Amino acid sequence: MPSYWSAVRAVLWKDLAVEWRSRQLLAAMLAFAVLVILIFNFSLELDAVARRTVAAGVLWSTFALAGTLGLNRSFVLEREGGALDGLLLAPVDRSAVFFGKLLANLLFLLILAIFTLPLYALLYNVNVFIPGPLLVTGLGMLGYVAAGTLLAAMASAARTRDLLLPMLLFPLVIPVLITAVRASSGFLSGLEMQYIWPSLNVLIAYDLIMLATAYMVFDFVVEE
Amino acid sequence: MIAVRGLAKRFGYRWVLRNLDLDVAPGEIVALLGPNGAGKTTLLRILAALAKPSLGQVSVAGARLPDEARSARAQLGFVAHQPMLYADLSAADNLRFFARLYGLDGGRVWELLETVGLAGLDRQPVRSFSRGMQQRLSIARALLHRPRVLLLDEAHSSLDQEAAARLDGLLAELAAEGCAILLASHDLARASMLASRIAVLTDGHIAAEIPRADFTDDLAGRYQAAVEAARA
Repeated sequence: MPSYWSAVRAVLWKDLAVEWRSRQLLAAMLAFAVLVILIFNFSLELDAVARRTVAAGVLWSTFALAGTLGLNRSFVLEREGGALDGLLLAPVDRSAVFFGKLLANLLFLLILAIFTLPLYALLYNVNVFIPGPLLVTGLGMLGYVAAGTLLAAMASAARTRDLLLPMLLFPLVIPVLITAVRASSGFLSGLEMQYIWPSLNVLIAYDLIMLATAYMVFDFVVEE
Repeated sequence: MIAVRGLAKRFGYRWVLRNLDLDVAPGEIVALLGPNGAGKTTLLRILAALAKPSLGQVSVAGARLPDEARSARAQLGFVAHQPMLYADLSAADNLRFFARLYGLDGGRVWELLETVGLAGLDRQPVRSFSRGMQQRLSIARALLHRPRVLLLDEAHSSLDQEAAARLDGLLAELAAEGCAILLASHDLARASMLASRIAVLTDGHIAAEIPRADFTDDLAGRYQAAVEAARA
């Protein structure tokens, strides 16, 4: 039997290989993210101060909306041709399948961030390439992806999965989105760390709770 | 190798399997025949640890289900209706991925591609394969880890005559090596050729078992009589 981490790596490798061969997901996410950033930019004609105030909200709205595309696809891919059954037949802890898919989804969102952050920094005239906002991006994305991957697995079994995922996901990730916006805004507006720490703590707690929950319940979620 | 006692499975208010007993010994090929909706696929999914029984005891390769499902999964191969493959990956990449999930190296991949006659097409994406070629690759996937128990759900469907004959030979070889094989099928002629026993599944339970010694010219009549007697 394979070790836990070799199963995680195998699932991660498989998701990356499927994306490399099909080139469907990242292109769609990137196009969507760029469009959202541009629409916000041209619809909100704001002065420099107001622009800085809304900048973090625009960024996280972009990540959340574009990320949903990727999460939706993540388990639809597994349902096509019954591939999920093939995964579930393997003699591995089923949470390893979850963590493999979580890492793949996280990587896709990080790639999205690498391409969209420079455009965003240019249009909103903010410097996001400093440790604080990057840390918030990493923590916020981890929580968002942990919740999203679990819910995508649940929604993929339903016929109305395309509608179901956003309906389930957005209420659940509101805490992480609001906190990430607050923390990002704090860093971008130069607040002292003592005002930002509470938000970072909430993000860390949310990530841990979602990861632990997913570890415990994923087996039941994919069970028939 | 497969032991089922008093198995029942309920979906909502409907009992799909009721009080089902079945044994398959090592080296035995048992054909599971029955009309549509009799519960063949549900039974195979329970044996493959993909679904849980509502009642009863199920043991596969010495592992009790569902408690010891992981141990059972390490020793069973399952060919289902759906190919369980990734359409965008090549044939070799699909097998390589599943081999990694079973902790195997890549050598077995090429051996099996050769066995199912797909060696020259290893770099082709599965999306470009016909249904029959996908079925051959699915058979290779199920055999990667040299399972001691093999479950096949209509495995001959979509295969051309040559591939079907190749599969027949492969199943006979595996049985000779001690693999327990349960083959769900609608093809009575093929079942009578391959199996050492035919189990007739009707309305969720085994209505009759016909041993090879009783395979006569009127096997179809006996099968039909068993189905109708169970319905009466």
